[in-house]
Order: sequence, then C-alpha cells, then structure tokens
Amino acid sequence: MTDKRMIYLDNNATTPCDPRVVEAMLPYFYQHPGNAASRNHPYGWQAEEAVDYAREQVANLINVDPKEVIFTSGATEGDNLALKGVFEMYARKGNHIITVKTEHKAVLDACKKIEKMGGEVTYLDVDSEGLINLEELEAAITDKTILVSVMWANNETGVIQPMKKIGEICEKHGVLFFSDAVQAVGKIPVDPKETGVHIMAFTAHKMYGPKGVGALFVNRKKPRVKVTAQLDGGGHERGMRSGTLNVPGIVGFGKAAEIAKNEMAQDAERLSKLRDKLENGFKEILEEVYVNGSTENRMPHVTNISFKHVEGEGLMMTFNQNIALSSGSACTSASLEPSYVLVALGLGDDLAHSSLRFSLGRFTKEEDIDYALEAVAKGVNHMRDLSPIWEMYKEGVDLESIEWSEH
Amino acid sequence: MAYSDKLLDHFKNPRNVGTMNKEDKKVGTGLVGAPECGDVMRLQIEVDDASGKIKDAKFKTFGCGSAIASSSLATEWLKGKSIDEALSIDNMAIVEELALPPVKIHCSVLAEDAIKAAIKDYQEKNGLEVSPETESSHH
Repeated sequence: MTDKRMIYLDNNATTPCDPRVVEAMLPYFYQHPGNAASRNHPYGWQAEEAVDYAREQVANLINVDPKEVIFTSGATEGDNLALKGVFEMYARKGNHIITVKTEHKAVLDACKKIEKMGGEVTYLDVDSEGLINLEELEAAITDKTILVSVMWANNETGVIQPMKKIGEICEKHGVLFFSDAVQAVGKIPVDPKETGVHIMAFTAHKMYGPKGVGALFVNRKKPRVKVTAQLDGGGHERGMRSGTLNVPGIVGFGKAAEIAKNEMAQDAERLSKLRDKLENGFKEILEEVYVNGSTENRMPHVTNISFKHVEGEGLMMTFNQNIALSSGSACTSASLEPSYVLVALGLGDDLAHSSLRFSLGRFTKEEDIDYALEAVAKGVNHMRDLSPIWEMYKEGVDLESIEWSEH
Repeated sequence: MAYSDKLLDHFKNPRNVGTMNKEDKKVGTGLVGAPECGDVMRLQIEVDDASGKIKDAKFKTFGCGSAIASSSLATEWLKGKSIDEALSIDNMAIVEELALPPVKIHCSVLAEDAIKAAIKDYQEKNGLEVSPETESSHH
C-alpha cells in the first residue's frame, strides 16, 4: 500500500492558515460585506471598525502606532513600495541605495528597476555565515545614499542580520533603513522602532494568516518617513496605497498577529528543539552533512542542509509524495544555476545543488520530524548508491583533479 | 511538475546501476557533466569481442530524477546493440520515451553524450578507428 502521509516542512514558502484565523475571517465574506471606505452606512462602518481593530493587532505585534501600518497585498508589494517609493520621494536628497546579495528577489529586482530609472545600487557581500560586514556597509554610505535595505531573516537559511547595529549605522549617517522582515515577524520578537528600522515589509501568509494581504510599517515621527504611492487611485492608506481594502484578509492578518504575539515564544522553543533533533539526527545517521549559514544567528524553525554528492532535486523526488520542502538546486530552471543565496555564502555550486531547506511550523509534530529524518536519510543513501561522484569520493579520488565536461 | 510513470519507474527502480572495471579492454567508460552543473553521468559498456555487440551496460548518475531516468533507460537500450546501432540512439528518442519536460531535455542530451563518450573510450582503448559520431557534441 502506498504511504498516504503528507508532511509539510515548507513553512518558509507559506504557512497554513491557523483555524482561529479562518474563523475570524468568515463573517467578513458574507454577513459583513462592506467596503471600509464606505462612510455612509453601517456596512461600511463595520468594515472600517474591523480594519481598525486588525490594524491595532498588527501594530501591537511589532510595537508601533496603528497609524504607521499600511496594508498591502503582500510583501512583494511592500518591498516595491518601500524601495521605489523612497527612491521617488527622496530623489532630491540622493539616488543611492545599499542592499545585500542575499535579499529576496522582490528586493533585488526592484533595485534592478531602480538602476534602470537612474538610481545607483550597492549590493553588499555576505560572509560564510550569511552575515554582512558592518564596516563594509558603513564604507558604502555616501552623501547620495538615501536608503539601506537589509532583510531581517533570510528565507533560505534563516540567518538573522545584526539589525540593531545596522540601525545604529543608518542613524549615525542620517540614512533611512528598510527591512524585508517577512520571515521574522510573528516568529521572533521584531521591534522596528527599537531597532532603528524606519520602513518594514511583512506578510500574513508566513505567520499563519491568509495569502494576499501584507503590511508596510512606515515610521511617522523622528523621522517622519514618506513613500511615493506606486498605485494611483482613491488615496487609501494615508495616500500611500490606493485600492479597496481586503477586509476579510486584513481581519485574518490581525488575528494571526494577535495569536503570534501570544504564542511566538512557545512555538519558537518547541520548533528549535525539533529543528535541532532533525539536524543532529542527520549528522548521526549520514556522512558529509553540512548545515549552511550561521547556526548562532538564525531563526528557530529553519535549517538548510547540504548532503554532499547528492543532487537536491533528485533527492526530493525520493520522498516528495510524502514530504514537502524546498531545494537550493535550481535544476528546474533553464539557467541551471543553483541558489544565489547559498552561492553568496561561498558554497561551491556542487554543495548548493545538494541542499535542502527544512522549515518547520506551528503545526509540525515531533512524529513528522522522526518520519522526515528516516525518509530523507533513506533517500540520501539511495541517491549516493547511484552517484558516481560519491563512489569516487569514497575511493579517495580528488574530484578537483578531474576534468569535467561542463555543459 | 508532473513526471510520466515511465520516468518515475526508472527513477525509483533504476536498471543496471553499477560499476565495471574501467581498466578492462572490453569496457568503455563515458563520464560527462560536472558537479557544479548539478549533473554527472557515468555510463559504461562491455563489448563482446566475437559479435562486436554490447553485452552489458551500467551507469551511475549524480543528478535530478530526469537525469537518472535518462541514463537508466540508455543502459537498457544499449544492451544487445552493435556499436553502430548504439551510435544512432538520439536524445530525442529518450525525451519521447520518458516524456521529459522541455527544461529537462538537457538530461537526454547528457545521456547521448555519455553513450558516445563510452564508445569512444572503448574504440580508443582497442586501437579501433574512432567513429566520427562520437565527436559530435551538443555543448
């Protein structure tokens, strides 16, 4: 009989909605269908009230004023609004933005667009732990620099940047600090004001809320930050983001934020133990297992592991009927390039091709980890039995000495 | 991405996995691809002196499911074929048999290259004239 079990270890891609979130959202699809911008009837008032309440819940999670929360469709929109909005709004001050090579594509591609629009962008390197060098950051700041953009925690490795120190450098030089904090908000304490972050994008669906709704925190005082709207229309969200508010989504986001605030600490403690169990288990059962990125500064629920001489996508095929996770091998892409994040950490392309990302979540159980450990280890052994380079490695052949036919 | 049943069968139950003695004169070895690219295929043939036919074929592959299935299928097809017949195996036949999606066509190309490299190695080792087809490269 085929094993019908399905284990979800891809929570950095998206999380399932918490049932309590769904319950909170349901009335806003039918009983309370109003448009939050309708000022003249109870339907509109109810919707507006619900949005205001959710805005408070979201603001509470990150310790900011509700007026500083701008609802968006998600973090890709938030990233674009922050980067392009600052570039336009502060054009008189300068045109230089500093970011990092391991940022999410939404940030990197928005920066590419800004370069085409006449901006200048510096892309900082990271070290083997995935961390930026603060001196390099400071040295990159010029009198034309308007914005530093550094993600709070990396989506592939879970590595957390030294946010507070980056905030201090930005403060010292009078430069705005933006962070894509998608992977951190709701999972670890994130307090942008205390950290010196002026603008921050995050999203509901990475914290057990619905897809299609996110938020941009925009600091209102000291400094008063403004971003130029990227969507023109009814002037919603203090003029920064036009468009009818996604009321059910926002209500769900609020509920997800409230739950996260209450349960984040216990979730993090439980998941870091399971994550460690998984990592240590692989190291015990298998040879040549490497954890990628800093193990000190990282999210509690993520591990990125390379199984040497095994190709990640092939490996996933051994268990993907039962376990869902991601690989740093981009063998499916036409370019054949492996993960740019892992390559930026200095991993050889071969190790990057051999990587898997396990991202645990609120609904991951210990038995899921036990199952995954066994199934993945079995897959690794199967793939190594098939791998000519594993055989050469075991025979002591120096793989560097072979003239490979690149294709 | 949904894979064909044939591809999944070759991936889960790969045929002719193994290693032949590459020093043996009857054995031809083709090693193609590179670890940095995410695919390395090693395909070996053993040729019967008397009949000139491929008696046995073995492979080991580091790569995705399509690369493993392509090399497994190639070893099946090689057995019993003459060198000339083996040289006529076209990568598109592998693509069709396994219903490889477009992004995986390079896996079939690699398998064809591995066949040709193994034949070339066998011919060189035995002082035979190297078939010009083995020089045709998709690179």
